[in-house]
Amino acid sequence: MSNYQSGLRYSESHEYVRVEGQFAYIGITDYAQHALGNIVYVDMPEVDDEVTAGEEFGAVESVKAASDLISPVSGTVVEINEALEDQPELLNQDAFENWIIKVQMSDPTELDELMDVEAYKAHCENA
Amino acid sequence: MNNRLYGNLIFELSHAGRRGYSLPRNSYQHTTAELPAVLLREKEAELPECDELTVVRHYTNLSHNNFGVNDGFYPLGSCTMKYNPVINEEIASIPAFAAAHPMQPVKYSQGLLRIYYELQQSLAELAGLSEFTLNPCAGAHGELTGLMVIRAYHESRGDTARTKVLIPDSAHGTNPASAAVCGLEVVEVKSLSDGTVDVDHLRELLAAIGPEVCAMMMTNPNTLGIFEPRVLDITAMVHEAGGLMYYDGANLNPLLGTCRPGDMGFDVMHINLHKTFSTPHGGGGPGSGPVGVRKGLEQFLPYPRVVEAPCNPSVGDGGSLTPNGESFIVDWGKAKGLGLLPLGGKATGKATGRRPQVGNGRVSGCSALWDALLAKNGRERAFAIGTFFGNFAVIIKAYAYILSLGRENIKHVGPLATLNATYIKHRLKDVYELPIGGLNKHEFVFDGLKDKSTGVTTMDVAKRLLDYGFHAPTIYFPLLFHESLMIEPTESESLETIDSFIAVMRQIAKEAKTDPETVKTAPHTTPIGRVDDVLAAKQAILTYRKCNNGSHA
Repeated sequence: MSNYQSGLRYSESHEYVRVEGQFAYIGITDYAQHALGNIVYVDMPEVDDEVTAGEEFGAVESVKAASDLISPVSGTVVEINEALEDQPELLNQDAFENWIIKVQMSDPTELDELMDVEAYKAHCENA
Repeated sequence: MNNRLYGNLIFELSHAGRRGYSLPRNSYQHTTAELPAVLLREKEAELPECDELTVVRHYTNLSHNNFGVNDGFYPLGSCTMKYNPVINEEIASIPAFAAAHPMQPVKYSQGLLRIYYELQQSLAELAGLSEFTLNPCAGAHGELTGLMVIRAYHESRGDTARTKVLIPDSAHGTNPASAAVCGLEVVEVKSLSDGTVDVDHLRELLAAIGPEVCAMMMTNPNTLGIFEPRVLDITAMVHEAGGLMYYDGANLNPLLGTCRPGDMGFDVMHINLHKTFSTPHGGGGPGSGPVGVRKGLEQFLPYPRVVEAPCNPSVGDGGSLTPNGESFIVDWGKAKGLGLLPLGGKATGKATGRRPQVGNGRVSGCSALWDALLAKNGRERAFAIGTFFGNFAVIIKAYAYILSLGRENIKHVGPLATLNATYIKHRLKDVYELPIGGLNKHEFVFDGLKDKSTGVTTMDVAKRLLDYGFHAPTIYFPLLFHESLMIEPTESESLETIDSFIAVMRQIAKEAKTDPETVKTAPHTTPIGRVDDVLAAKQAILTYRKCNNGSHA
């Protein structure tokens, strides 16, 4: 079934954060892409937009459902994964490789509120 | 398409210059030169050119690909695809109804207005509310109207901070959409593992944002078909915080005539006449979504309204004060605020606050009467949400349904719909996954096949059902489960139909083990096989264009 990757931080709403210095790469988990099914559209913010932890920054749309993307951290969008504009299916192929936005974090202590892989795995299995 | 000769698209049958009819010579002096340049076509419209017989055959063949309630069982959850009795259609097609015009003088419209008024009253009684408007043209239109009423109520009290709408995570997608269209912010209320509203979470939310809560929208029974046992607590808590309760009437069918949203504490609701009251869903329209309000909110309903004419109480029924002694009149409102009143043709008054008048025939009684109405209603805000009176033909059909059943029989609708759903659930729960036990009402949800090892999904089961001549249930909704399969049989169906559906569902569960490929590649007997829904979503081609080389695209 779903893959889980260690070394990342996870939110209850199934986003992950890969931290590199002051930057956070944010995407959806393999569990999330699996639950959504074939993804047909990714609605992303623009570079320089502000995102806030716990608030929506975009949406993914699959053949089954449209789902809000909730930012796990606060900060400024410095890059978006433009490949997803034409190839949203990349999220189905490898959700962890294909991050959605890169954010310059304004408060890295927010990472402490997120789950590690073990806690996230338990969260999914109890869902 | 059963007969390829008559084309998948009418454009494929087009031959330059071919005609079914000739238009009469244009005898008008007006030319397109009077139109602004921006509205003028730069090139000829690409219309198909066909003879009449070809057109008839094309659409007749196309109609054979349709599937409606009149073709077979249609257990589409949340949609209440009940039978649309023929008597409804017969009555609605009587020329006195079918050829009526919304601007015909009130004195010649008394029968129409009586039907309209009596349906308003009937719905109010069935819902346990004070007054209904029949103007909204569909369920979501009703939701929007209802939220506008609620906003208008808060604003009339100077309570402008109420901009948040509480919506359970199991809600119909239209609820958050309507709230967003109404400029309100959606706050999600969690569900418990039994699928009902998490009242503790609601309490936390109200403690945190109570003064900002405009309303809570609820469906009861909810989208899992479960009656919310704590609905009285919920409505009391939201009222305590100053918010109003909105009832999404999509699932009213199981409660019809037995239990009323007004008695549960709901303030505003919509009813889908095309669900509960047996009018056609008609390929997306026309529907009808009347909105009702409790006592004290009537003045916030949209216009026009059909009301009883003021009368001289000392004379009784015959004492109408209107110039022609009418029993019913149309209250057009002040036509300010949101929306426009329909003032086409020779109507004067525009949307400037004056009531419309047509030619010599007054639309709504005399001016003194109008002023009396204004004084009586004392409304702070008036608005229209569409043209004229909504979908009048649908209103007639719904009223015919109510009168056909009568007060003594309408209460059987809900229990029979619930019995049918419960029977299917118990006959299938050993092969399909039932995520939530307990009692259900008119519908219930499976979470796919019980045996998931075959890789056969809910989508595959739904497609395979088409091969057996059944419409698929609602799939992948609600979102609480990954493989939702939502079944609503309605009260219309016979035991034989329901038993044959059960047999087919069991057969598909068996095929999933013995011959999974057949199920995964279904449907096999329909004019079009398994469609690529990813491609359809990503590259939707919705308009016809001819390629430069003359071929079609």
